[in-house]
Amino acid sequence: MNLWTQVWRSSLGKKYVMAVSGFVLLLFVVGHLAGNLQIFLPPHYLNHYAAFLQSNLEVIWPVRLVLLALLVLHIVAAVQLEVENKAARPTSYAQKEPGAASFASRSMLLSGLMIGAFVVYHLLHYTAVVQAVNFTGVDFAKLVDPATGHRDVYAMTVYGFSKLPVSAFYLLAMGLLCLHLSHGTQSMFQSLGWKNSYYSPLIAKAAWVLAVVLFLGYSSIPVGVLLGHGQDYLKQIESKVAVTQFPAGKEIK
Amino acid sequence: MNLTLKVWRQKNANNPGHFETYQARDVIEDMSFLEMLDVVNEDLIAQGQEPIAFDSDCREGICGTCSLVINGIPHGGHKGTTVCQLHMRRFHDGQTITVEPWRARAFPILRDLVCDRTAFDKIIQAGGFVSVNTGGTPDANALPVPKTDADLAMDAAACIGCGACVATCKNASAMLFVAAKVSQLALLPQGKPERERRALNMVRAMDEAGFGACTVTGACEAVCPKEVSLSFIARLNREFGRALLKGEPKKSSGGAG
Repeated sequence: MNLWTQVWRSSLGKKYVMAVSGFVLLLFVVGHLAGNLQIFLPPHYLNHYAAFLQSNLEVIWPVRLVLLALLVLHIVAAVQLEVENKAARPTSYAQKEPGAASFASRSMLLSGLMIGAFVVYHLLHYTAVVQAVNFTGVDFAKLVDPATGHRDVYAMTVYGFSKLPVSAFYLLAMGLLCLHLSHGTQSMFQSLGWKNSYYSPLIAKAAWVLAVVLFLGYSSIPVGVLLGHGQDYLKQIESKVAVTQFPAGKEIK
Repeated sequence: MNLTLKVWRQKNANNPGHFETYQARDVIEDMSFLEMLDVVNEDLIAQGQEPIAFDSDCREGICGTCSLVINGIPHGGHKGTTVCQLHMRRFHDGQTITVEPWRARAFPILRDLVCDRTAFDKIIQAGGFVSVNTGGTPDANALPVPKTDADLAMDAAACIGCGACVATCKNASAMLFVAAKVSQLALLPQGKPERERRALNMVRAMDEAGFGACTVTGACEAVCPKEVSLSFIARLNREFGRALLKGEPKKSSGGAG
């Protein structure tokens, strides 16, 4: 048997796959936040960053495909393990205490699948810019920053999060991500065996700190927009649109 | 004190099984949980009923035979204790106590509270032999073992193979058991020659027996009567990964041309 077959066929090996794919996805989550936090800088920072990514297709597409493949691998391994785990106890207990098992550890599959569903929505919302799912009446595909010639991500983000239900859904998803990572980040060290009594308490604490920092970082964007961040920029571009696309005197919505 | 017991009764492996309620009267608080069941069984026999079947052997907490889930916790939830060492002073008068067997596909129930733990024996057998020198008694310290390694190996060797880790795990995973057995021998020089083969074969036997995978919830170490640490599971993961990467040794002629 080759190495990959041996890894995939054993329960420990599948956990290696979950740990490694989870680690790369975690790196993406950290990097994505760092990029997104540029929303709190003047608009041209975020838009230039977006233009940089969108104009380097030979970089962005391989990265997207690798991330997608890892996400699929992570989910397939998780679901297969869950099926085996459920089969390992055909009759459940009449009374069962979770004991030392934390809520986060017991709900990894559920939190993970819900984050997966969120990712689909998020991609439709801001990457595929499907107008039907942004609920603002604005077509994000038409928001172009004249300075870069690429998408006006700053305006798109502010429009998107101005809708309270959309922002609330984002906050819920980030809460689940925080829960998932609080357990997942420490578990990947355990699953790969990179843990000993010397630094395992540090891993446990660092996993929680990272999860909370990511939650606060990501949440700050919809919360900031709901508190009025970026509205002056929208007014500015709306007045420009009014001047160029509509004859004087006509109101736009 | 008087107690109400809800006990799992099952005629044999093929019968579905159900809960039966019994009254345990005049229970003395110095009794162990198993002695309390003995008294209930005496009453059942006197009434001409079938006594409750449950496993026990040494009754001093070292053999790993007793296996009851009491109020949803294997071994009853008193830290570092098997059921035979759990005393009735941990309960209060009038309490209702639910008693169930270990529940896992790999541990089929034979009768009432007795389950078949042959799957653990199969894992041990898959581990194979350990090369040990025979002949005269070796000189003291001829084979140096650091004290910390010896102590850690003993912590792993403390596993009595009761299966409480499987019983409490939400995935019915046997990882803590296998981790203890693999770690114990991997830490000592005597176990070194078969180190990789043992890790691979024991993990394979564990998967084949139908146990679930580890989700790192830590429920197992909390109920383990010998308090075997979750860090041994990390060590098992490391041993298995190491063995996979080393791969099967290439056959050579051994100098025979």
